Amino acid sequence: MNIFEKIGYYLGFDFVINALIVGVLISLCCGILGVFLVLKRYSMIGDGLSHVAFGATSIAMIVGIADMYLMLPITIVVAILLIRMTNRGKVKNDSAIAMLSVGALAIGYLLVNIFSSSANISSDVCSTLFGSTSILTLSSLDVWLSIVLTIFVLAYFILFHNKIFAVTFDESFAKASGTKTSIYNNIMAVIVGIIIVLAMKLVGSLLISALIVFPALSAIRLFKSYKLVIIFASIVSVVNSILGIFISMLWGTPVGATIVAIDIFVYVICWCIEIIKQEIKKA
Amino acid sequence: MKILECKKLSIGYNEKAICKDINFEVNSGDCLCIIGENGSGKSTLLKTILGLNKQISGKVIFEKTFNKKNIGYLPQQSEFQKDFPATVKEVILSGFVNKMGFRPFYNKIEKQKANEIINFLGINDYQKKSYRDLSGGQQQRVLLARALCATDNFLVLDEPTNGLDARAIKKFYDLIFTLNQKGMTIIMISHDIEKVLNCASHILYLKDTLVFYGSKEEFIQSKLVQNFRSEAEN
Repeated sequence: MNIFEKIGYYLGFDFVINALIVGVLISLCCGILGVFLVLKRYSMIGDGLSHVAFGATSIAMIVGIADMYLMLPITIVVAILLIRMTNRGKVKNDSAIAMLSVGALAIGYLLVNIFSSSANISSDVCSTLFGSTSILTLSSLDVWLSIVLTIFVLAYFILFHNKIFAVTFDESFAKASGTKTSIYNNIMAVIVGIIIVLAMKLVGSLLISALIVFPALSAIRLFKSYKLVIIFASIVSVVNSILGIFISMLWGTPVGATIVAIDIFVYVICWCIEIIKQEIKKA
Repeated sequence: MKILECKKLSIGYNEKAICKDINFEVNSGDCLCIIGENGSGKSTLLKTILGLNKQISGKVIFEKTFNKKNIGYLPQQSEFQKDFPATVKEVILSGFVNKMGFRPFYNKIEKQKANEIINFLGINDYQKKSYRDLSGGQQQRVLLARALCATDNFLVLDEPTNGLDARAIKKFYDLIFTLNQKGMTIIMISHDIEKVLNCASHILYLKDTLVFYGSKEEFIQSKLVQNFRSEAEN
């Protein structure tokens, strides 16, 4: 079988189609959201939250309920608290986020080891951390949840594009002229929480930040307008994820790590293009 | 017509007062310049007036007829803004956000007003450029344009000439003066006493407490000018 026949063969399976749908939707959201997080200097918050989500999954594993029901509320609440604390200057440095993120990771792993009844703990944990198989075992609930949430996120970002820009670029200006910035920050925190929980299925909790940060940084290197940065970041994010999913199916590489590797590769290319552009300008 | 009055205002952070007992008022058409050393609470005072910082005690009273959404604020730039990927147009138009309600996009009137402001401030040459590629003086002009989109009568400027070269500073003050002549009410923080004496109508001098508030003429007669000049030199 050549590559295309192989791809055709895989596309015949429902779980592959599901993986592709969810992969595309999640990376689309991550790309858009990443621009906001990177520009607001919130990248580390995304990273910290993904570890909190891991801690929440561990508890769900032990209690034996579907992880979404626990992960989603916990991550959202922590996201709101973190963004609020950062805005009020109460989290003065990265160390608070570092403590939270490593703490959640350690406690989560510890709890799973002590209480879990599963026969194969390390494979369970590995799957949550690196997302190795969860993207291929999606339930129809996961798929529908991704679709609904993506529509919600897209609608929000399109309808409130100009307001989100104003609040991202200069919160004190927006607030001084009467925009209720805390509402936008809270909605954003909820979206961050939801997307991180969904993205865990795709790349696992350790790699989520890569999915969020790399497409945005690639786009920021190349484009001068906020609108184009967002559009390019979402395209890059989606294309990279599709490529990553196919490559991992064809060569049996882990999905999450493959997608992130492609993200890094594209980022380096964008960086090079930027340098070349600057050299041409100078000349 | 009175727009704003501060009564027995104490300002600061985390319950700790930087400056106490501030009393003053701003009337329509005034150009109030706030002067004082670094750390005397000038920026904090502006933030308190704008509701970005909570006062420790006292009152900030806006006239009932004044719409608080009609404030054009030019804050000090944060580090990350300087390399923000946004076009000049995007930044300027974002000044209208407060007036849009749930309307998602800018309308024709707003786009046209933005163009008028761009012409007035002489931004035409670089309006298509990216904000991060501009010089400091150009960036300040763009932020002033954004503030003018947000208001047509009340500007609040926090050290607008910080980091600009002498030529850009002069141009900027000329603009402020012109705006004020046209009837714009302005509150501004400044270090440059000579420029302030040119364009201010009122002076507010802070140092632990309110040292002086009054008209420019009273300030010149009060000998505080000499004090301020000699302090600035030291």
